[in-house]
Amino acid sequence: MIRVQIQDFDITAEYNQLSGNNSAGAIVTFVGKVRDMNDGKPVSTLTLEHYPGMTEAVLQQIETEARERWPLLDVTIIHRVGPLELGDQIVYIGVSSAHRGAAFDACEYLIDFLKTRAPFWKLEGSEHEKHWVEAKDADQQRAEMWQE
Amino acid sequence: MIKVLFFAQVRERLGQASVEVDASQVSTTEDLRQHLASQSEKWQLVLANDQLLVAVNQAISNWQSPVADGDEVAFFPPVTGG
Repeated sequence: MIRVQIQDFDITAEYNQLSGNNSAGAIVTFVGKVRDMNDGKPVSTLTLEHYPGMTEAVLQQIETEARERWPLLDVTIIHRVGPLELGDQIVYIGVSSAHRGAAFDACEYLIDFLKTRAPFWKLEGSEHEKHWVEAKDADQQRAEMWQE
Repeated sequence: MIKVLFFAQVRERLGQASVEVDASQVSTTEDLRQHLASQSEKWQLVLANDQLLVAVNQAISNWQSPVADGDEVAFFPPVTGG
């Protein structure tokens, strides 16, 4: 299930949804949050812009690729857009599988490719200024590791 | 017409989110970029950025991709979600 939304999400409800499948022996979840510093600069707000339509298509494609690679049961990807504040949840990835290996690997794969391919852009704000976040080579390198 | 969308820094620096271009004037994404860039120094500066990405009909593409009437093309910077 893929959701791009302004409102917050409830990780307990999301966990319970994955946990309801009795074939699931392993559930791995990831939550990304707004933290107080980025590249040495203080951050107090974050605004997320996206490309409606393409975003959902790319996330669906990444899920399909993960399912071709690992035997997964349920996959949930939630990404928030719009204005966020320090400590807010940004992104949730939840994966269930019969065994932990597939669930761990698929969860990491999904966030690595979400970060490098899904059309989201972060505008960070502090008390004094706003600036667009630069893409990181380290994120690109993590995604490329899956292709080796 | 080709509908052209701009996102994030590209949208902000151009001061607009979209524009329509007559499809008979361009045949590839690179043509479209050059056509728009020729409008003014500002457009030239923003669209000449070598990190600029292009999507055609909501799928990531490249600068040799053909474009035609009715297509939706988007120009944007490297993505930073997650």
